[in-house]
Amino acid sequence: MSNVTVRIPTPLRSFVGGADEVAVSADTVAGVLVVLGERHRGLIERVCDANGKPRPFVNLYLGPKNIKALSGLDTALTDGDVLSIVPAVAGG
Amino acid sequence: MSGVSGKDKRLAELRARIPEIEPTEAVALQARGAHLIDVREADEIAQGSPPGALRLGRGFLELRVEDAVKDKDATVLVTCAGGVRSLFAAEALTQLGYTDVRSIKGGFNKWKNGGLPVEVPRSLTAEQRERYGRHLLMPEVGEKGQLRLLDSKVLLVGAGGLGSPVALYLAAAGVGTIGLIDFDVVDRSNLQRQIVHTDERVGTPKVESARKTLLALNPSIKVNIHETRLDSSNVEEIFAGYEVVVDGSDNFATRYLVNDACVKLRVPNVHGSIFRFEGQVSVFWPNYPKRRGPCYRCVYPEPPPPELAPSCAEAGVLGVLPGVVGLLEAVETVKVLLGIGDPLVGRLVHYDALPARFTELSLDPDPDCKYCREGAVFPGFVDYETFCTNPGVAP
Repeated sequence: MSNVTVRIPTPLRSFVGGADEVAVSADTVAGVLVVLGERHRGLIERVCDANGKPRPFVNLYLGPKNIKALSGLDTALTDGDVLSIVPAVAGG
Repeated sequence: MSGVSGKDKRLAELRARIPEIEPTEAVALQARGAHLIDVREADEIAQGSPPGALRLGRGFLELRVEDAVKDKDATVLVTCAGGVRSLFAAEALTQLGYTDVRSIKGGFNKWKNGGLPVEVPRSLTAEQRERYGRHLLMPEVGEKGQLRLLDSKVLLVGAGGLGSPVALYLAAAGVGTIGLIDFDVVDRSNLQRQIVHTDERVGTPKVESARKTLLALNPSIKVNIHETRLDSSNVEEIFAGYEVVVDGSDNFATRYLVNDACVKLRVPNVHGSIFRFEGQVSVFWPNYPKRRGPCYRCVYPEPPPPELAPSCAEAGVLGVLPGVVGLLEAVETVKVLLGIGDPLVGRLVHYDALPARFTELSLDPDPDCKYCREGAVFPGFVDYETFCTNPGVAP
């Protein structure tokens, strides 16, 4: 298991007690989502659709790279990785 | 008393050292890639100058020439009015290390009388020189860049939190035509962040309020106002003629219209969006000449349904935040207009104000994007308004 930091966007911070980051141990991006789903009720439904795929208005970035350009949800993680959840925001 | 003046003695020395060429020879050399520098003063150049000449002015020649001509072994031809100042200038260039410098005999007078091509360069007025003086000092902008800004046409979608700082700074920078589209009126609750408006204008249309402020700041620019809500029936007509669109809208429906119209019209879409303490900035420009960039739909193919879109509701925003994000949009706009630096094409800057953290994320074009993929037939505009106000419809 790798110890990674997950950056939580402002619109979803209410699901994690207001934190901007949470620490998770997992081997893959999918594993992170499972852990987040278990720990924080309601969060994953905002990020993923019923099939467990990221919604079309949410991207997951490992460091600066979109996981779509890596191995998607199967992307392997290493200690110290930063996974950012970045949804579209529309305010102006 | 000597019969020869110091000036004549000095000129004789220079003529012995600096090769002099005929204007016709200069034209031929210029056609083969030689640099031609016109060292006359601005008022002389305003009457005409050889086409393609670098107009550097004798007074600032040594300070500016190395930005204009980087190769010290390039052939450099120097001209003035009569062929005298150009000799002094040519010597100064050799002292800077230029190895092949030649002075044009008879200067611009002989050039013009010989029937060689002449262009009357556009130049800034004295008032413009004063106003934009700090731009003129930078080689990346200079007179050419300032004239480019004065000629440019930028449309700001939204005269609100993001639109305010963008509008103010683009007006100040001398962007010659600024279009503003917004259907709303100024509300007192806007003034916590929408700094282009004023308390006394509460209740008046935002586009009119913004125009007053911009013209007070810079009366020489043109401000076109479009007091309407952007939709699929008017987006193309409103966007036509603008070379950059700055998205400062506050809802997904407009953001997708902005994207789709920019893709269709091949216009860069300078994007900024905010929520409470965080913001995103990018330049969506699939046709950027230097690399293939994504469009907004490559990154976010569809908007969220209303129940998952916090921005559809009143979510709150730190009043200063649109200042930071809007000014990043303004900087990107000026870079795009001037063709300088590396715009945020294929990159997204994410700003989180609370930890004071800027993160750069890379954005890839989606090869299957319905709107911007190679050879795509434009699928049409979508009015998401209906969908946004109808929570029963799924994406």
